[in-house]
Amino acid sequence: MTAPFTRPKRKNPVLRTRLPLPPPGARSRAALGLSAAAAMGKFKLQVCEACRCVQYPPREACGSCLSPRLRWREQDGFGELLADTQVHLSQEPYFRERAPWRIGMVRLDAGPTVIVHLHSACGPAPCRVRVGARLDKAGQGVLIGFPVDEVANMADDRQLREMTCDPKFRKVLITDGKTAVGQALARTIIAAGADLVWVGQAEPWKRSAGLEALSALPQVAIVPLDLTDSSSVVEAAGSIGGRVDILINNAEVHRTYGISARNGTDAARLEMDVNYFGLLRLAQGFGPAMRGRAADGAAGATAWVNLLSIYALSNFPPHGTFSASKAAALSLSQALRAEMRGSGIRVINVFPGPIDDEWNQPLPPPKLAAEALAKSVVSALKDGVEDVYPGDVAQEWLARWEENPKVLERELTA
Amino acid sequence: MAADSLVLLAADLAGGRVRVVDLTHTLSPDFPPIVLPPECGQSWPFRQEEISRYDDRGSGWYWNNFSCGEHTGTHFDAPAHWISGRDLPNGTTDTVPVQNLIGPACVIDCSAESAADADFLLTVEFLERWEARHGRIPTRAWVLMRTDWSKRTDPVAYQNLDETGQHTPGPSSEAVRFLVQERDVMGFGTETIGTDAGQAIHLKPPHPCHYYMHGAGRYGLQCLTNLDQLPPTGAIIICPPLKMLKGSGSPLRVLALVPG
Amino acid sequence: MVAHDDVVVTAPVTVPYSRYSVRNAHWFCAQALAGLLQSSGLPKSEIDGLCVGSFTLAPDSAIGLTQHLGVTVRWLDYLPLGGACGVVALRRALRAVQSGDAEVVACIGADTNHVDSFRQTLESFSVFARDAVFPYGSGGPNASFAFLTAYYMRLYGATREDFGKICIAQRDNALAYPNALFKKPLSMREYLEGRVIADPIHLFDCVMPCAGAEGFLVMSRRRAENLGLPYARVRSTCERHNAFPEDPIQMRGGWVLDRDRLYGSAGIEPCDVDFVQTYDDYPVMSAMQIEDLGFCEKGAAPEFIRRHTFTTEGSFPINTCGGQLSVGQAGCAAGFLGLVESIRQLSGRNLARPVPNARFGLAVGYGMITYDRGLCSAAAILSRADA
Repeated sequence: MTAPFTRPKRKNPVLRTRLPLPPPGARSRAALGLSAAAAMGKFKLQVCEACRCVQYPPREACGSCLSPRLRWREQDGFGELLADTQVHLSQEPYFRERAPWRIGMVRLDAGPTVIVHLHSACGPAPCRVRVGARLDKAGQGVLIGFPVDEVANMADDRQLREMTCDPKFRKVLITDGKTAVGQALARTIIAAGADLVWVGQAEPWKRSAGLEALSALPQVAIVPLDLTDSSSVVEAAGSIGGRVDILINNAEVHRTYGISARNGTDAARLEMDVNYFGLLRLAQGFGPAMRGRAADGAAGATAWVNLLSIYALSNFPPHGTFSASKAAALSLSQALRAEMRGSGIRVINVFPGPIDDEWNQPLPPPKLAAEALAKSVVSALKDGVEDVYPGDVAQEWLARWEENPKVLERELTA
Repeated sequence: MAADSLVLLAADLAGGRVRVVDLTHTLSPDFPPIVLPPECGQSWPFRQEEISRYDDRGSGWYWNNFSCGEHTGTHFDAPAHWISGRDLPNGTTDTVPVQNLIGPACVIDCSAESAADADFLLTVEFLERWEARHGRIPTRAWVLMRTDWSKRTDPVAYQNLDETGQHTPGPSSEAVRFLVQERDVMGFGTETIGTDAGQAIHLKPPHPCHYYMHGAGRYGLQCLTNLDQLPPTGAIIICPPLKMLKGSGSPLRVLALVPG
Repeated sequence: MVAHDDVVVTAPVTVPYSRYSVRNAHWFCAQALAGLLQSSGLPKSEIDGLCVGSFTLAPDSAIGLTQHLGVTVRWLDYLPLGGACGVVALRRALRAVQSGDAEVVACIGADTNHVDSFRQTLESFSVFARDAVFPYGSGGPNASFAFLTAYYMRLYGATREDFGKICIAQRDNALAYPNALFKKPLSMREYLEGRVIADPIHLFDCVMPCAGAEGFLVMSRRRAENLGLPYARVRSTCERHNAFPEDPIQMRGGWVLDRDRLYGSAGIEPCDVDFVQTYDDYPVMSAMQIEDLGFCEKGAAPEFIRRHTFTTEGSFPINTCGGQLSVGQAGCAAGFLGLVESIRQLSGRNLARPVPNARFGLAVGYGMITYDRGLCSAAAILSRADA
């Protein structure tokens, strides 16, 4: 079993906050395939389409038959731990600060020998392990050797926590507490061990029974936050920005119009103002402080979650302007990801299908319950994945989109 | 004669014998806007974005962009705002005759009644009682309904919403008709969001102040403040909206000249 | 054509090492070339072949160096092969002289070491290492060799004391060698208590990166004799790259494939070898080379180590000037160190203690850990002029 992660001591306010230093992040283009798969929570290696030979490290041509037809395919990761070591002294500042750091050399049953970060519950060599892929603090895919069988407190492994964004003992901002999704997020993340949840409230004169009930919880604090108002975002960032470890931007405006069903731009503009400009205002307000605290102790700033929509991938014409605003937000989140990367703050994009709320009322099931969406967000944080597609509709759209985005466009515009 | 009165006014202003009272709320992002069902078009709240502030975007100067709906904060309603006034001449902010924008004010104090009943309706009888004490409302006067609603600094109390909508005081249908038809007033002003009561959709006709006042080419002023500093009669108000092309209304600064 | 046997190595040169240097690699190359000219008495114009091994010349390579050093050559090679570049340079130069493409080839291994330049060299060392090793924290080969060492110890029962014995003997050798950076004796206790780097690798299992250069000249025997230069003969050489890729972890090098031919061409047996300059980036590699080059069976090195002594006067002298572990690892110069020391031992130009009556010496090259193992293995058997 792994020693459970216990509440970190309060920070000594006299000491300088440790600056985030990413682990080595440079990768060849070929190796980025590993990162891309890890971002979706998958462990994939290149497999030669001609001779089936599994390749590692990633490369441009099959090391056996020289075929360039290498496809990334999911691996079960089972293998033999050949040797393990604790690195006590490293040339790399990131690892120097975190020494000792345990790594291992694993012969995968699939063929190649891989170097892995080694979970504390593994080994010693020789023994069976299961290799999986995660994103590290540089945002790049790395391999981790796990014990074959689940052990207690597995997620609490010190090294694994560097790859994940576990809410345990962290402070979370949920930007909109008035929606069912916002309230479910707050409850789910509290259940996952979050210390404190700030819940944003815009337009305080509009009452919300759900929010009032939520505010009775000891971990919850209501904070005035209106993403359409720059001064409100600046004020919230000024008062709590230096303490937010996980920011979940769930604020959204969803109007169910295409182009001709609604004259004028007011609804579309409001969608953009919250869904797109709101994200921009938040990123400018909260981004710098979060970047600065990305290595602030064992439960420092770690993740930024955007509630997007599966419609961000391809426009759903009956909700055309909403789709466009989410596509804009997706694009901006990629810029945010780039700006956050140097610090290690993970930007997680969530692409749900229709949520079971009043704006999707006319749509047929299946629709995603707020609780299910909240659960998938917390799982993404715990697993450290970057893109989440919760629910059946999102999964189906994703599969279609991955297969052929142009065909999906045809299907949606039929 | 007219020239003499302006000279006199200038002297009285300089000497403090005529005071200027500001009847305007500060335009701020927090000021509550009108709330409509989400499927309706929405008025933008007031928003301010810095262009530069003596910084890398402009080292020596400070300025902002702002945005808002025409009916934001302390604002003016033009006749074209309502369907009953849609075809009237000079019904928009750019064409409204400017001499209509300065005139005497009659302040009807309903503050006690409004404190007792958020849905208080100003009636003809209430107006007649007021006239019995302060004299007949003159032609082309601005009638301002004092409710002290502007003293509700908590936005929740100011909006006063519940599941049946907003609960704020306003004029009855008969009272508005009386003011327009019997007294020929220039306009009607309130401290609440809307010249009509919060529940005025249930009146006949719905929103009578908007319907009759604008249908007769008259104006509205909303979200006023400091009405408690005005005498029942004797003040003059100045309320020109921004000269926006075909504007249905406009945020504005409302000033009152008050003796003494 | 010059017969293979008639090609010799001479003019062993070392540019003294320093932990850090503000000079660049060009400076060390220039010092090495100047040393070769001084040692041989040749004018620069007589050098018509140049072979350079270096990691820190960038953006230059050997060609830029010709202009920098003002040499005009008709044969040029650039071999950034790290620990193998000395032996490989010798092999290339030997063929050039043999075929008449050049008459006198200057072979130089040189690297500088600024503060942080070792880390930067590692960062850009190979695509595989960048993609699949450095993100795991070793920041260099220490962890890779921790794996090999741990595996070797488990498989063959080697102990830290076994490796310590080699390190301590080399340190003893180094005490007599003026260019060694380590000048204090090493005790077993100090070795065992050395700071842990990546277990089971401790401080004294690791080489110290530094700046420096090594060089020698390759020419025909007749030329050397006309110049009156003491020389060593090149009896046999081999190189092998990416041997045994199917091995899950490196427990043997390419020498296994080449050793029969190596000894056969030289006309000797392993027991005829009087000293071995192993490539000692980590002591486990010395153990593997002892096995793979035929001094004992695979897996028997621990027992071999316990049975032998390794100082210059010992039963099996290795790394007679101290090796990299005690002299320092000056980048590609480390690939030259064993050869240059062998030339000195066999041509009577000793700086370190001489191995008594040494006739045959074996210098080993190994290196280029681009992922999980050293890809290059090379070796050269040199002999005294009269052997």
